[in-house]
Amino acid sequence: MSGLHLHQVGVSLLENRVVDDVSLSIPAGSWMTLVGPNGGGKSTLLRAVAGSVDYDGDIEFAGTQLRGMRSRGRARTVAVVPQEPARPAGMTVLDYVLLGRTPYVSYLGVESAEDLTVVGELLETLELSALAYRAVTSLSGGEFQRAVLARALAQQAPLLLLDEPTSSLDLGHAQQVLELVDELRGERGLTVVSALHDLTMAGQFADHLVLLAGGRVAAQGAAHDVLTEELLGAHYGARVRILADPQGGVVVVPLREARSQSDGKIHDGRAGVA
Amino acid sequence: MRTVVTPSVDTPEPQPGLRPVRLPRRWLLLATGVLGLVVLLAMVTGPAGLPLRSVLVEMVNQLPGVELDGGLDEREAAVLWKLRAPRIVLGMLVGGMLAMAGAGYQGVFRNPLADPYLLGVAAGAGLGATFAIVSGGGRLLVPLAAFAGGIAGVAATYALGRSVGGRSTTSLILAGVAVAAFLTALQTYINQRNVESLREVYGWILGRLLTAGWGEVLTVLPYIAVSTVVLLAHRRLLDVLSVGQDEAGTLGVPAGRVRLFVVLAATLGTAAAVAVSGLIGFVGIVVPHIVRMLAGTSYRIVLPLSAVFGAAFLVSADLAARTLISPGELPVGVVTAFIGAPFFTLVLRTSRRVW
Repeated sequence: MSGLHLHQVGVSLLENRVVDDVSLSIPAGSWMTLVGPNGGGKSTLLRAVAGSVDYDGDIEFAGTQLRGMRSRGRARTVAVVPQEPARPAGMTVLDYVLLGRTPYVSYLGVESAEDLTVVGELLETLELSALAYRAVTSLSGGEFQRAVLARALAQQAPLLLLDEPTSSLDLGHAQQVLELVDELRGERGLTVVSALHDLTMAGQFADHLVLLAGGRVAAQGAAHDVLTEELLGAHYGARVRILADPQGGVVVVPLREARSQSDGKIHDGRAGVA
Repeated sequence: MRTVVTPSVDTPEPQPGLRPVRLPRRWLLLATGVLGLVVLLAMVTGPAGLPLRSVLVEMVNQLPGVELDGGLDEREAAVLWKLRAPRIVLGMLVGGMLAMAGAGYQGVFRNPLADPYLLGVAAGAGLGATFAIVSGGGRLLVPLAAFAGGIAGVAATYALGRSVGGRSTTSLILAGVAVAAFLTALQTYINQRNVESLREVYGWILGRLLTAGWGEVLTVLPYIAVSTVVLLAHRRLLDVLSVGQDEAGTLGVPAGRVRLFVVLAATLGTAAAVAVSGLIGFVGIVVPHIVRMLAGTSYRIVLPLSAVFGAAFLVSADLAARTLISPGELPVGVVTAFIGAPFFTLVLRTSRRVW
């Protein structure tokens, strides 16, 4: 069976059931985005798929059980863009992206000419060639995020996991990164699973949205099925208005609390400051 | 613009100009040159003043097929080859080993304060040596007991760390603190009960490179050789670990196994070094940091350069230890800290941040 299939996946961390009974299925080459309130289980579910935490249930990709795969084999199958990637001091962008070739380098060996070729191409594709010898610690947030993406792509894994890939980026850079992922997904036939905070963007970029709350699937489907005023109100405790984007998408607009005009107080936190 | 370069399928060639990190040749040359000079200086310096020219000729004489007369009499030749040379070689082995083990520990624990004594080698070896000294064990028993104690200390730390915190590095480091405190308490108790041997124990703890011939060198050489090979082989994996255990895991590196191998290798070499030299501090922590600040942070640079600079550092410290108050001798551990601390501060003030 091709594609990614999760069957009754659960994760317990320190006796807390963080993810419980999650069953999901997406075809190969599609983009699934996990949304949900903080603590809903998005990151933990991604970590389970990545093999970074123990889980029960089954996770299967392209017909293979991910549990029990050896670490090198799994790193050739699943690549991860972590939420807060470490920036190793003194390491150049080139060496950082070369870390992605680790599953192809023998245990005690060093990179081959082929590894350099793969990384050289990726640096060009992600417009990082000019930054190849810059230290990763000196990059801007957007530049570093491209380097992290390049490292993940260097693993040449068909399944790409992105944990909040835009959380440290401004709107423009966030859009660029997501467009880039979408383009690469098309070119390389990647299956993408991401966790995103921005609901409007989540709706724009995913084929399949999953709302995780309390570790369980609260809703899943297309954007207009999941991003509803009722569901977001119930699970985020948020007041939102859902607008239809003329181009077919869904726009999530947060609303201010309605307030009586008569109490005369200013509610922006600066009240009383002369 | 995006361009897609199509690689030739059968003969992949590196992109022109792509240079991944590697050991800079000029640094290796410089380090080897410094070591050579220091060794030469140590060979010609000592109470029995041997002329530089004779020492040089004698050294060339050791090459196979060379027969020259350096003009040293039998006693002088014995001083050179049975006293000075083994002590210098031992200093190189111990200094290089401690510096490299320190670099390895800093790599797997991602902690600039990690040194080869972190997980209980020092406390275990100290207890072992103390036992051997108070029970009247001679030159043979003390190193053996120190070696066994050092290995046992780290083994206890690993077992305790596993039992309290699974795979986390923090629980391992904390377990090391507990084990070291416990073993040091035992050692202090034994010392309290055996005040007459206190001076000897103290001398061992401060570290010294006393040799009688090549025995010590030959004893530690196999351990240090194995340890060096294993540590150097892990140079790339230590670079991967610099992104942390979780990320390294998603890149296909079993972080726990790498850590175990590096700690095992570093412990084996450190225990052997400690067994013959006592507890020489500062080398394992300062030398790798200076290398990082001057030459680069990749373990492909830090490990080999630490070995060479560590060797040069300890040989010069020992040279100072045996000449400064000649004919007396200072404990070399005192000298490493005395020279090392100000030098380290100077490099810290003038170099870029590397952690």
